[in-house]
Amino acid sequence: MPVVHPSPSGSPLSDLIGSSVVTLDDVSTGQILELLHQAQYIDAHRSTVAHICDGRVLATLFYEPSTRTRLSFETAMLRLGGQVIGFAGAQLSSVSKGESISDTLKTVSNYVDVVAIRHPKEGAALVASRAATVPVINAGDGGHMHPTQTLADLATLESRFGRITDLTIGLCGDLTFGRTVHSLIETLCRFGHVRFVLISPPELRTPRYVLDRIDANPTCSYTEVDDLTAAIGDLDVLYMTRVQKERFFNEDDYLRLRDTYILDEDKLRLSKPHMAVMHPLPRVNEIAAEVDRDPRAAYFEQVKNGMLMRMALESAVVGDALPGYEPLEAKEVRV
Amino acid sequence: MEVTSINNGIIIDHVPAGQSLKVLEYLRIDPTDTRLALIMNTTSDRFGSKDIIKIETRHPVNVDVLGFVAGQATIDVVRGGRIVDKITPTLPEHIVNVITCGNPRCVTTSEPGLDQMFHLARRDPPEFRCDYCDEKAKI
Repeated sequence: MPVVHPSPSGSPLSDLIGSSVVTLDDVSTGQILELLHQAQYIDAHRSTVAHICDGRVLATLFYEPSTRTRLSFETAMLRLGGQVIGFAGAQLSSVSKGESISDTLKTVSNYVDVVAIRHPKEGAALVASRAATVPVINAGDGGHMHPTQTLADLATLESRFGRITDLTIGLCGDLTFGRTVHSLIETLCRFGHVRFVLISPPELRTPRYVLDRIDANPTCSYTEVDDLTAAIGDLDVLYMTRVQKERFFNEDDYLRLRDTYILDEDKLRLSKPHMAVMHPLPRVNEIAAEVDRDPRAAYFEQVKNGMLMRMALESAVVGDALPGYEPLEAKEVRV
Repeated sequence: MEVTSINNGIIIDHVPAGQSLKVLEYLRIDPTDTRLALIMNTTSDRFGSKDIIKIETRHPVNVDVLGFVAGQATIDVVRGGRIVDKITPTLPEHIVNVITCGNPRCVTTSEPGLDQMFHLARRDPPEFRCDYCDEKAKI
Protein backbone atom coordinates (compact mmCIF):
# COMPACT_ATOMS: atom_id res chain seq x y z
CA MET A 1 0.00 0.00 0.00
CA PRO A 2 1.33 3.45 -0.82
CA VAL A 3 2.17 5.80 1.99
CA VAL A 4 -0.23 8.69 1.43
CA HIS A 5 0.63 12.16 2.59
CA PRO A 6 -2.59 14.11 2.13
CA SER A 7 -2.27 17.61 0.75
CA PRO A 8 -2.74 20.23 3.42
CA SER A 9 -6.27 21.55 3.39
CA GLY A 10 -6.40 25.13 2.21
CA SER A 11 -3.51 24.65 -0.20
CA PRO A 12 -4.47 25.77 -3.72
CA LEU A 13 -3.20 22.40 -4.92
CA SER A 14 -5.78 20.44 -2.93
CA ASP A 15 -8.25 21.35 -5.72
CA LEU A 16 -5.97 19.65 -8.26
CA ILE A 17 -6.26 16.21 -6.64
CA GLY A 18 -7.93 13.90 -9.13
CA SER A 19 -8.02 16.62 -11.79
CA SER A 20 -6.75 16.41 -15.34
CA VAL A 21 -4.51 19.06 -16.84
CA VAL A 22 -5.33 19.41 -20.52
CA THR A 23 -4.43 23.09 -20.80
CA LEU A 24 -3.02 25.56 -18.31
CA ASP A 25 -6.48 27.11 -18.22
CA ASP A 26 -7.27 24.11 -15.98
CA VAL A 27 -4.76 25.46 -13.43
CA SER A 28 -5.33 28.72 -11.55
CA THR A 29 -2.59 31.31 -11.22
CA GLY A 30 -2.40 30.53 -7.51
CA GLN A 31 -1.90 26.85 -8.32
CA ILE A 32 0.79 27.67 -10.89
CA LEU A 33 2.69 29.72 -8.30
CA GLU A 34 2.30 26.87 -5.82
CA LEU A 35 3.65 24.35 -8.34
CA LEU A 36 6.63 26.62 -9.05
CA HIS A 37 7.30 26.82 -5.34
CA GLN A 38 6.96 23.05 -4.96
CA ALA A 39 9.39 22.43 -7.81
CA GLN A 40 12.02 24.48 -6.02
CA TYR A 41 11.35 22.55 -2.82
CA ILE A 42 11.63 19.23 -4.65
CA ASP A 43 14.96 20.25 -6.16
CA ALA A 44 16.32 21.11 -2.71
CA HIS A 45 14.85 18.02 -0.99
CA ARG A 46 15.34 15.19 -3.49
CA SER A 47 15.74 12.46 -0.87
CA THR A 48 12.80 13.74 1.21
CA VAL A 49 10.42 13.33 -1.71
CA ALA A 50 11.96 10.13 -3.09
CA HIS A 51 9.17 7.88 -1.79
CA ILE A 52 6.05 10.03 -1.65
CA CYS A 53 4.56 8.18 -4.63
CA ASP A 54 5.56 4.67 -3.52
CA GLY A 55 3.02 2.26 -4.99
CA ARG A 56 1.77 4.75 -7.59
CA VAL A 57 1.87 3.90 -11.28
CA LEU A 58 2.10 6.40 -14.15
CA ALA A 59 1.10 5.40 -17.69
CA THR A 60 2.87 7.23 -20.48
CA LEU A 61 0.72 6.79 -23.58
CA PHE A 62 2.81 8.27 -26.35
CA TYR A 63 1.14 7.84 -29.73
CA GLU A 64 3.98 9.62 -31.49
CA PRO A 65 7.73 9.74 -30.95
CA SER A 66 9.17 11.87 -28.18
CA THR A 67 12.42 11.57 -26.33
CA ARG A 68 12.62 14.45 -23.94
CA THR A 69 9.01 14.74 -22.82
CA ARG A 70 8.38 11.02 -22.26
CA LEU A 71 11.63 10.52 -20.35
CA SER A 72 10.87 13.61 -18.31
CA PHE A 73 7.41 12.38 -17.27
CA GLU A 74 8.76 8.92 -16.49
CA THR A 75 11.79 10.14 -14.57
CA ALA A 76 9.57 12.45 -12.56
CA MET A 77 7.43 9.54 -11.33
CA LEU A 78 10.46 7.29 -10.73
CA ARG A 79 12.13 10.01 -8.65
CA LEU A 80 8.98 10.22 -6.51
CA GLY A 81 9.11 6.48 -5.83
CA GLY A 82 6.40 5.44 -8.28
CA GLN A 83 6.58 3.16 -11.28
CA VAL A 84 5.87 3.58 -14.97
CA ILE A 85 4.13 1.64 -17.71
CA GLY A 86 3.23 2.69 -21.23
CA PHE A 87 4.10 2.68 -24.88
CA ALA A 88 6.07 4.92 -27.20
CA GLY A 89 4.61 4.88 -30.68
CA ALA A 90 1.12 4.05 -31.95
CA GLN A 91 2.42 0.95 -33.73
CA LEU A 92 3.15 -0.56 -30.32
CA SER A 93 -0.36 -0.06 -28.98
CA SER A 94 -3.87 -1.32 -29.66
CA VAL A 95 -4.47 1.78 -31.74
CA SER A 96 -2.82 -0.18 -34.55
CA LYS A 97 -5.83 -2.53 -34.25
CA GLY A 98 -8.21 0.41 -34.45
CA GLU A 99 -8.88 1.01 -30.76
CA SER A 100 -10.20 4.47 -29.93
CA ILE A 101 -8.52 6.85 -27.50
CA SER A 102 -11.56 6.61 -25.24
CA ASP A 103 -11.43 2.83 -25.02
CA THR A 104 -7.68 2.85 -24.38
CA LEU A 105 -8.13 5.32 -21.53
CA LYS A 106 -11.08 3.45 -20.02
CA THR A 107 -8.87 0.37 -19.97
CA VAL A 108 -5.67 1.97 -18.71
CA SER A 109 -7.57 3.81 -15.96
CA ASN A 110 -8.01 0.42 -14.28
CA TYR A 111 -4.26 -0.08 -14.09
CA VAL A 112 -2.74 3.23 -13.08
CA ASP A 113 -3.04 6.30 -10.86
CA VAL A 114 -2.21 8.94 -13.47
CA VAL A 115 -1.77 9.12 -17.25
CA ALA A 116 0.48 11.30 -19.41
CA ILE A 117 -0.64 11.29 -23.03
CA ARG A 118 0.94 12.57 -26.23
CA HIS A 119 -1.04 12.27 -29.43
CA PRO A 120 -0.68 13.79 -32.90
CA LYS A 121 -4.35 14.80 -33.04
CA GLU A 122 -5.33 18.17 -31.57
CA GLY A 123 -7.82 17.75 -28.76
CA ALA A 124 -6.83 14.14 -28.06
CA ALA A 125 -5.93 14.93 -24.46
CA LEU A 126 -9.40 16.37 -23.83
CA VAL A 127 -10.98 13.20 -25.21
CA ALA A 128 -8.65 11.13 -23.02
CA SER A 129 -9.45 13.13 -19.89
CA ARG A 130 -13.20 12.71 -20.42
CA ALA A 131 -12.86 8.94 -20.84
CA ALA A 132 -10.41 8.32 -18.00
CA THR A 133 -11.29 7.83 -14.35
CA VAL A 134 -7.81 8.93 -13.24
CA PRO A 135 -6.05 12.26 -13.84
CA VAL A 136 -4.73 12.81 -17.36
CA ILE A 137 -1.85 15.18 -18.06
CA ASN A 138 -1.49 16.48 -21.61
CA ALA A 139 2.04 15.81 -22.82
CA GLY A 140 1.32 17.47 -26.17
CA ASP A 141 -1.65 17.06 -28.51
CA GLY A 142 -0.39 17.86 -31.99
CA GLY A 143 0.25 21.54 -32.47
CA HIS A 144 -2.36 22.45 -29.89
CA MET A 145 -1.35 22.41 -26.21
CA HIS A 146 1.70 21.37 -24.23
CA PRO A 147 1.04 22.73 -20.72
CA THR A 148 4.00 21.17 -18.94
CA GLN A 149 6.39 22.85 -21.42
CA THR A 150 4.96 26.18 -20.32
CA LEU A 151 5.35 25.19 -16.67
CA ALA A 152 9.01 24.39 -17.43
CA ASP A 153 9.39 27.81 -19.06
CA LEU A 154 7.84 29.57 -16.07
CA ALA A 155 10.06 27.61 -13.67
CA THR A 156 13.10 28.75 -15.66
CA LEU A 157 12.03 32.39 -15.44
CA GLU A 158 11.50 31.92 -11.71
CA SER A 159 14.89 30.28 -11.19
CA ARG A 160 16.74 32.89 -13.26
CA PHE A 161 14.99 36.04 -12.09
CA GLY A 162 13.10 35.08 -8.94
CA ARG A 163 9.89 36.27 -10.61
CA ILE A 164 7.72 35.72 -13.67
CA THR A 165 6.53 39.31 -14.00
CA ASP A 166 8.18 42.69 -14.63
CA LEU A 167 10.25 41.28 -17.45
CA THR A 168 10.90 42.18 -21.08
CA ILE A 169 10.55 38.94 -22.96
CA GLY A 170 11.58 38.57 -26.59
CA LEU A 171 10.09 35.71 -28.56
CA CYS A 172 11.90 35.04 -31.80
CA GLY A 173 11.35 32.97 -34.92
CA ASP A 174 8.15 31.25 -35.93
CA LEU A 175 5.49 33.06 -33.91
CA THR A 176 2.61 31.97 -36.15
CA PHE A 177 2.67 28.24 -35.61
CA GLY A 178 4.72 27.90 -32.41
CA ARG A 179 2.40 26.47 -29.75
CA THR A 180 4.99 26.96 -27.01
CA VAL A 181 5.24 30.70 -27.52
CA HIS A 182 1.46 31.12 -27.71
CA SER A 183 0.95 29.20 -24.50
CA LEU A 184 3.75 31.10 -22.73
CA ILE A 185 2.34 34.48 -23.80
CA GLU A 186 -1.20 33.56 -22.78
CA THR A 187 -0.09 32.25 -19.40
CA LEU A 188 2.17 35.20 -18.62
CA CYS A 189 -0.72 37.53 -19.49
CA ARG A 190 -2.71 35.92 -16.67
CA PHE A 191 -0.07 37.19 -14.24
CA GLY A 192 0.50 40.52 -16.03
CA HIS A 193 3.30 43.09 -16.03
CA VAL A 194 5.23 41.68 -18.97
CA ARG A 195 6.53 43.50 -22.04
CA PHE A 196 6.67 41.26 -25.07
CA VAL A 197 8.97 41.89 -28.02
CA LEU A 198 7.73 39.72 -30.86
CA ILE A 199 10.59 39.15 -33.30
CA SER A 200 9.67 37.42 -36.53
CA PRO A 201 9.52 37.84 -40.30
CA PRO A 202 6.23 39.29 -41.55
CA GLU A 203 5.27 35.82 -42.81
CA LEU A 204 5.42 34.37 -39.29
CA ARG A 205 3.82 37.06 -37.12
CA THR A 206 1.90 36.30 -33.92
CA PRO A 207 -1.79 35.45 -34.57
CA ARG A 208 -4.41 38.06 -33.74
CA TYR A 209 -6.06 35.98 -31.03
CA VAL A 210 -2.77 35.81 -29.12
CA LEU A 211 -2.24 39.57 -29.48
CA ASP A 212 -5.80 40.02 -28.18
CA ARG A 213 -4.77 38.23 -24.99
CA ILE A 214 -1.93 40.73 -24.51
CA ASP A 215 -4.24 43.67 -25.26
CA ALA A 216 -6.76 42.36 -22.74
CA ASN A 217 -4.35 42.95 -19.86
CA PRO A 218 -3.51 46.64 -19.48
CA THR A 219 -0.31 45.80 -17.58
CA CYS A 220 1.08 43.92 -20.60
CA SER A 221 2.30 45.34 -23.89
CA TYR A 222 3.95 44.20 -27.07
CA THR A 223 5.96 45.41 -30.02
CA GLU A 224 6.40 43.52 -33.28
CA VAL A 225 9.81 43.76 -34.95
CA ASP A 226 11.72 41.76 -37.51
CA ASP A 227 15.31 42.54 -36.51
CA LEU A 228 16.73 40.39 -33.70
CA THR A 229 20.02 42.31 -33.62
CA ALA A 230 18.27 45.63 -33.02
CA ALA A 231 15.98 44.25 -30.31
CA ILE A 232 18.26 41.96 -28.31
CA GLY A 233 19.80 44.69 -26.14
CA ASP A 234 16.46 45.49 -24.49
CA LEU A 235 15.58 41.95 -23.48
CA ASP A 236 15.64 40.15 -20.13
CA VAL A 237 14.70 36.92 -21.88
CA LEU A 238 15.17 35.74 -25.45
CA TYR A 239 12.94 32.76 -26.25
CA MET A 240 14.12 31.23 -29.51
CA THR A 241 12.08 29.01 -31.80
CA ARG A 242 12.91 27.30 -35.05
CA VAL A 243 12.02 28.90 -38.38
CA GLN A 244 10.85 25.93 -40.40
CA LYS A 245 11.48 25.77 -44.12
CA GLU A 246 8.07 24.28 -44.82
CA ARG A 247 6.35 27.44 -43.55
CA PHE A 248 7.59 29.48 -46.53
CA PHE A 249 6.09 29.66 -49.98
CA ASN A 250 9.44 29.93 -51.69
CA GLU A 251 12.94 28.90 -50.79
CA ASP A 252 14.47 32.33 -51.49
CA ASP A 253 12.45 33.88 -48.65
CA TYR A 254 13.45 31.06 -46.35
CA LEU A 255 17.16 31.39 -47.14
CA ARG A 256 16.97 35.17 -46.78
CA LEU A 257 15.44 34.96 -43.34
CA ARG A 258 16.94 31.81 -41.93
CA ASP A 259 20.27 33.23 -40.81
CA THR A 260 18.66 36.39 -39.44
CA TYR A 261 17.20 34.33 -36.64
CA ILE A 262 20.26 32.31 -35.72
CA LEU A 263 21.61 33.30 -32.34
CA ASP A 264 25.41 33.26 -32.21
CA GLU A 265 28.13 34.83 -30.08
CA ASP A 266 28.17 38.01 -32.16
CA LYS A 267 24.49 38.70 -31.52
CA LEU A 268 24.77 37.59 -27.89
CA ARG A 269 27.43 40.25 -27.26
CA LEU A 270 24.74 42.87 -27.83
CA SER A 271 22.54 41.53 -25.04
CA LYS A 272 22.35 42.28 -21.33
CA PRO A 273 24.80 40.27 -19.20
CA HIS A 274 22.00 38.49 -17.34
CA MET A 275 19.63 37.89 -20.23
CA ALA A 276 18.33 34.30 -20.32
CA VAL A 277 18.31 32.44 -23.64
CA MET A 278 15.48 29.91 -23.74
CA HIS A 279 14.33 27.35 -26.30
CA PRO A 280 11.73 24.57 -26.08
CA LEU A 281 14.14 22.15 -27.83
CA PRO A 282 14.95 20.31 -29.96
CA ARG A 283 16.93 22.97 -31.77
CA VAL A 284 18.25 22.58 -35.25
CA ASN A 285 20.52 25.49 -36.10
CA GLU A 286 18.77 28.50 -34.58
CA ILE A 287 21.14 28.62 -31.62
CA ALA A 288 24.81 28.10 -32.48
CA ALA A 289 26.53 25.46 -30.34
CA GLU A 290 29.02 28.11 -29.15
CA VAL A 291 26.18 29.78 -27.20
CA ASP A 292 25.88 26.70 -24.96
CA ARG A 293 29.01 27.78 -23.08
CA ASP A 294 27.59 31.20 -22.29
CA PRO A 295 26.02 31.55 -18.83
CA ARG A 296 23.02 33.19 -20.49
CA ALA A 297 22.12 29.86 -22.10
CA ALA A 298 19.16 28.56 -20.07
CA TYR A 299 17.67 25.96 -22.41
CA PHE A 300 19.12 22.91 -20.70
CA GLU A 301 17.94 24.31 -17.38
CA GLN A 302 14.46 24.30 -18.92
CA VAL A 303 14.81 20.54 -19.36
CA LYS A 304 15.67 20.08 -15.68
CA ASN A 305 12.90 22.45 -14.63
CA GLY A 306 10.47 20.52 -16.80
CA MET A 307 11.18 17.36 -14.83
CA LEU A 308 10.83 19.19 -11.50
CA MET A 309 7.51 20.73 -12.56
CA ARG A 310 6.27 17.31 -13.70
CA MET A 311 7.25 15.90 -10.30
CA ALA A 312 5.25 18.66 -8.64
CA LEU A 313 2.28 18.16 -10.97
CA GLU A 314 2.20 14.36 -10.81
CA SER A 315 2.33 14.36 -7.01
CA ALA A 316 -0.32 17.10 -6.90
CA VAL A 317 -2.90 15.37 -9.10
CA VAL A 318 -2.56 12.04 -7.28
CA GLY A 319 -2.74 13.86 -3.95
CA ASP A 320 0.63 12.94 -2.42
CA ALA A 321 1.88 15.92 -0.45
CA LEU A 322 5.55 16.80 0.00
CA PRO A 323 6.77 16.09 3.56
CA GLY A 324 7.91 19.25 5.31
CA TYR A 325 6.69 21.52 2.54
CA GLU A 326 5.17 24.83 3.60
CA PRO A 327 2.66 26.05 1.01
CA LEU A 328 2.61 29.59 -0.24
CA GLU A 329 -0.20 31.71 1.07
CA ALA A 330 -3.35 30.20 -0.44
CA LYS A 331 -4.54 32.98 -2.64
CA GLU A 332 -5.42 33.52 -6.24
CA VAL A 333 -3.39 36.12 -8.08
CA ARG A 334 -5.82 38.29 -9.95
CA VAL A 335 -4.93 40.45 -12.89
CA MET B 1 -45.13 41.50 -51.81
CA GLU B 2 -47.71 39.29 -50.13
CA VAL B 3 -47.41 35.63 -49.32
CA THR B 4 -50.16 33.42 -47.95
CA SER B 5 -50.12 33.45 -44.17
CA ILE B 6 -49.47 30.36 -42.12
CA ASN B 7 -51.81 28.94 -39.50
CA ASN B 8 -49.44 27.11 -37.21
CA GLY B 9 -45.72 27.55 -37.48
CA ILE B 10 -42.99 30.15 -37.36
CA ILE B 11 -41.90 33.19 -39.29
CA ILE B 12 -38.19 33.85 -39.27
CA ASP B 13 -37.76 37.50 -40.13
CA HIS B 14 -34.68 39.67 -40.70
CA VAL B 15 -32.64 36.82 -42.12
CA PRO B 16 -29.56 38.31 -43.82
CA ALA B 17 -30.37 38.81 -47.49
CA GLY B 18 -29.66 35.74 -49.58
CA GLN B 19 -28.96 33.52 -46.59
CA SER B 20 -32.32 31.80 -46.09
CA LEU B 21 -31.37 28.53 -47.81
CA LYS B 22 -28.27 28.32 -45.66
CA VAL B 23 -30.38 29.02 -42.55
CA LEU B 24 -32.73 26.17 -43.49
CA GLU B 25 -29.75 23.87 -43.95
CA TYR B 26 -28.36 24.67 -40.48
CA LEU B 27 -31.82 24.28 -38.95
CA ARG B 28 -32.00 20.87 -40.70
CA ILE B 29 -35.25 21.79 -42.40
CA ASP B 30 -35.57 20.08 -45.76
CA PRO B 31 -37.39 22.45 -48.19
CA THR B 32 -38.36 19.49 -50.39
CA ASP B 33 -40.71 17.98 -47.79
CA THR B 34 -41.69 21.01 -45.69
CA ARG B 35 -44.51 23.47 -46.37
CA LEU B 36 -42.71 26.80 -46.38
CA ALA B 37 -42.33 30.10 -48.16
CA LEU B 38 -39.10 31.95 -48.79
CA ILE B 39 -39.03 35.65 -49.49
CA MET B 40 -35.56 36.62 -50.56
CA ASN B 41 -33.92 40.00 -50.95
CA THR B 42 -36.98 41.97 -49.91
CA THR B 43 -36.68 45.48 -48.51
CA SER B 44 -35.90 46.08 -44.85
CA ASP B 45 -36.11 49.39 -43.03
CA ARG B 46 -33.44 48.25 -40.62
CA PHE B 47 -30.98 46.40 -42.86
CA GLY B 48 -31.78 47.59 -46.38
CA SER B 49 -32.64 44.09 -47.56
CA LYS B 50 -33.50 40.80 -45.90
CA ASP B 51 -34.97 37.34 -46.33
CA ILE B 52 -38.10 36.03 -44.61
CA ILE B 53 -38.87 32.35 -44.01
CA LYS B 54 -42.42 31.16 -43.22
CA ILE B 55 -42.68 27.55 -42.12
CA GLU B 56 -45.90 25.60 -41.47
CA THR B 57 -44.80 23.36 -38.62
CA ARG B 58 -45.59 22.44 -35.05
CA HIS B 59 -41.98 21.55 -34.31
CA PRO B 60 -39.86 24.19 -32.55
CA VAL B 61 -36.71 25.45 -34.25
CA ASN B 62 -33.38 25.38 -32.52
CA VAL B 63 -33.00 28.98 -31.39
CA ASP B 64 -29.31 28.49 -30.56
CA VAL B 65 -28.63 27.41 -34.12
CA LEU B 66 -30.48 30.44 -35.47
CA GLY B 67 -28.50 32.69 -33.12
CA PHE B 68 -25.32 31.13 -34.44
CA VAL B 69 -26.08 31.33 -38.16
CA ALA B 70 -28.30 34.45 -38.32
CA GLY B 71 -27.90 36.44 -35.14
CA GLN B 72 -29.99 39.39 -36.37
CA ALA B 73 -33.03 37.24 -37.20
CA THR B 74 -36.24 37.18 -35.14
CA ILE B 75 -38.85 34.45 -34.74
CA ASP B 76 -42.62 34.92 -34.65
CA VAL B 77 -44.50 31.89 -33.34
CA VAL B 78 -47.89 31.53 -35.06
CA ARG B 79 -50.80 29.57 -33.62
CA GLY B 80 -54.28 29.60 -35.18
CA GLY B 81 -53.17 32.22 -37.67
CA ARG B 82 -52.05 34.66 -34.97
CA ILE B 83 -48.63 35.59 -33.67
CA VAL B 84 -48.56 34.36 -30.08
CA ASP B 85 -44.89 34.77 -29.24
CA LYS B 86 -41.81 36.63 -30.44
CA ILE B 87 -38.34 35.24 -29.88
CA THR B 88 -35.08 37.07 -30.37
CA PRO B 89 -32.19 34.63 -30.63
CA THR B 90 -28.98 35.46 -28.83
CA LEU B 91 -25.47 34.26 -29.55
CA PRO B 92 -25.25 30.80 -27.96
CA GLU B 93 -22.32 30.09 -25.66
CA HIS B 94 -22.02 26.54 -26.99
CA ILE B 95 -23.28 24.65 -30.02
CA VAL B 96 -23.32 20.89 -30.50
CA ASN B 97 -23.45 19.02 -33.82
CA VAL B 98 -24.35 22.09 -35.85
CA ILE B 99 -21.13 22.40 -37.84
CA THR B 100 -18.08 20.19 -38.17
CA CYS B 101 -14.49 21.12 -37.45
CA GLY B 102 -12.50 21.89 -40.60
CA ASN B 103 -9.13 21.20 -39.02
CA PRO B 104 -7.74 17.98 -40.52
CA ARG B 105 -5.57 17.54 -37.43
CA CYS B 106 -8.55 17.72 -35.04
CA VAL B 107 -9.26 14.60 -33.01
CA THR B 108 -12.88 14.69 -34.23
CA THR B 109 -11.63 13.53 -37.65
CA SER B 110 -10.42 10.20 -36.27
CA GLU B 111 -12.02 9.41 -32.92
CA PRO B 112 -15.41 7.71 -33.32
CA GLY B 113 -18.54 8.90 -31.52
CA LEU B 114 -17.48 12.45 -30.67
CA ASP B 115 -19.99 15.29 -30.77
CA GLN B 116 -18.91 18.30 -32.81
CA MET B 117 -18.78 21.00 -30.17
CA PHE B 118 -17.91 24.68 -30.50
CA HIS B 119 -17.78 27.45 -27.92
CA LEU B 120 -18.20 31.20 -28.29
CA ALA B 121 -14.66 32.56 -28.03
CA ARG B 122 -15.40 36.17 -28.96
CA ARG B 123 -18.62 38.18 -29.21
CA ASP B 124 -17.74 41.06 -31.49
CA PRO B 125 -17.32 39.98 -34.17
CA PRO B 126 -18.73 36.57 -33.21
CA GLU B 127 -16.12 33.84 -33.25
CA PHE B 128 -16.68 30.20 -32.40
CA ARG B 129 -13.86 27.74 -31.78
CA CYS B 130 -13.77 23.96 -31.64
CA ASP B 131 -13.87 22.61 -28.07
CA TYR B 132 -11.18 20.08 -28.92
CA CYS B 133 -8.60 21.84 -31.10
CA ASP B 134 -9.62 25.53 -30.81
CA GLU B 135 -9.80 25.88 -34.59
CA LYS B 136 -11.94 28.85 -35.63
CA ALA B 137 -15.32 27.78 -37.02
CA LYS B 138 -15.97 28.50 -40.66
CA ILE B 139 -19.60 29.10 -41.60
